[in-house]
Amino acid sequence: MRLYAICVYLFLYIPIGIIALFSFNAGRHASQFMGFSTQWYGKALNNPFVMDALETSLLAAFITACLASTLGTMAAIALQGVKGWLRTLFDAMIYIAIMIPGIVIGIATLIALVTVFGWLNPLLASLWPDGANPPQLSMGMPTLVAAHTMFTMALVIIIVRARLSGMDRALMEASADLFATPWGTFRQVTLPLIAPAILAGFLLSFTFSFDDFIIAFFVAGSETTLPIYIFSSIRRGVTPEINAIGTMVMGASLLLLVAAQLLLRRGASKSNN
Amino acid sequence: MTERGRKALLLAPAGIWLLVMLALPLLVVFVFSFGERGAAGGYVPAFTLEQYANLPARWTAFKNTLILAPLGTIAALVIAYPLAYFLAVRCSPKWRTSLLILVIVPFWTSILIRSYAWIFILGGRGLPALLESIGIDDIRLINTPLAVLVGIVYGYLPLMVFPIFVSLDKLDKRLLEASADLGSTPWRTFRQVTLPLSVPGIATGCMLVFILLMGEFLIPAILGGGKVFFVGNALVDLFLQSRNWAYGSAVAMTLVVVMLVTVSIYMKFISRLGGQREDVSLM
Repeated sequence: MRLYAICVYLFLYIPIGIIALFSFNAGRHASQFMGFSTQWYGKALNNPFVMDALETSLLAAFITACLASTLGTMAAIALQGVKGWLRTLFDAMIYIAIMIPGIVIGIATLIALVTVFGWLNPLLASLWPDGANPPQLSMGMPTLVAAHTMFTMALVIIIVRARLSGMDRALMEASADLFATPWGTFRQVTLPLIAPAILAGFLLSFTFSFDDFIIAFFVAGSETTLPIYIFSSIRRGVTPEINAIGTMVMGASLLLLVAAQLLLRRGASKSNN
Repeated sequence: MTERGRKALLLAPAGIWLLVMLALPLLVVFVFSFGERGAAGGYVPAFTLEQYANLPARWTAFKNTLILAPLGTIAALVIAYPLAYFLAVRCSPKWRTSLLILVIVPFWTSILIRSYAWIFILGGRGLPALLESIGIDDIRLINTPLAVLVGIVYGYLPLMVFPIFVSLDKLDKRLLEASADLGSTPWRTFRQVTLPLSVPGIATGCMLVFILLMGEFLIPAILGGGKVFFVGNALVDLFLQSRNWAYGSAVAMTLVVVMLVTVSIYMKFISRLGGQREDVSLM
């Protein structure tokens, strides 16, 4: 039994280990380890395409995480005690957002936005004063962030709602009885209690957006995110540089995850006390 | 401000966002699936079932998906179950949390990079070269259904282990002792006590993995090399290469419908299993 478990762990970690090992390969060839070197990390970090893609990914992930955690938390709080059609509508949309494959969300968003922009652009042009350049709506960073925010916001709503439902409602009622304003109750009672969940939601949203390939592939327009860059490089073959980038990306997501886990756990133990 | 007004204000941004970025796009796909392809690609409004009638042209993609998605789910289940059992029942509590985290961590790192790792292993200079050195020649692994299957199991194993672990962890260990005290062999205890009680975990794990596999694109794209492709790959081809939006929308709608139908049949099947278990426990 124990031997079996060890085998499964090897299966899970050997591929990751190989990538990390070969990212330190001094030689160019993928198959032979020629000695230790960090040259590929240097190459990757000095490659302007990689750095541009990294910047795009970080920016998109950061804005996505901010928007998703703010709007998701607002919705989760407001949804408390809401019943009827509004509740059904929200639950249905959250369920659909999680259920529908990312690829369908990606193409649906692409064709819907391209079509809507196709109507709006001539309209904007006709509204704009002559001589001035009317704005051109197109696929790019804003649409990427909008699509990622949609999905991650649904995740945040689920996470924060779970936290709220585990919370003692008596605390909020007590606060109201003691004449706190709704805003005061929120700031001094609710927010501190759900803060770990919000932060965990923020980090998960960031990780999702940063790692996502399939939705970005369709809606990023001319922007290249890091996963898109990696995907197109893989198609051209295996290189040590990609190994180095992959190792760094995995390391970074790992750090974020550990942080999210610690926060969720700290929140849980706090509320149990 | 009234309570109602405040709630509306808090809900509005998320609600509008979901309507514009989720409901509207899905509605557009639905409408476009009844349209026609424009001369230069894109979409021309129409009401025709022609796109749906053309679905058999992409039969291979559907066939591959409908074979490899269930197969991958089952393979993941077979590999995951003993590990979940070990973690929940056999493993010492001291190690349990760390070992569990070790299972989940890979799932949250980029699936793109993890699949890419298998190009390395299954590619010509990886495992096949190793096998050749011990005398087994001419093994092709990359760009075969097997490679895609390995990638699938590798990618989604953590998602299968976790729910099964949760259901086994909740299981009252005294039941196992009682069964042993009553003279059951370990195998019989497993078959009659442990396994039935872990059905909810198995059901959840299988459903999660199956849903994700139905829409898979990356793993077949990276490890199938254009030879083993899923509906997801057909969709990318239709929207980004041939720009046939109407037909692509019909394929996407069909994928979603097939997925929903399979999942609901599956849920019914599982709840029937669960129902039987309830009857037994009542006696």
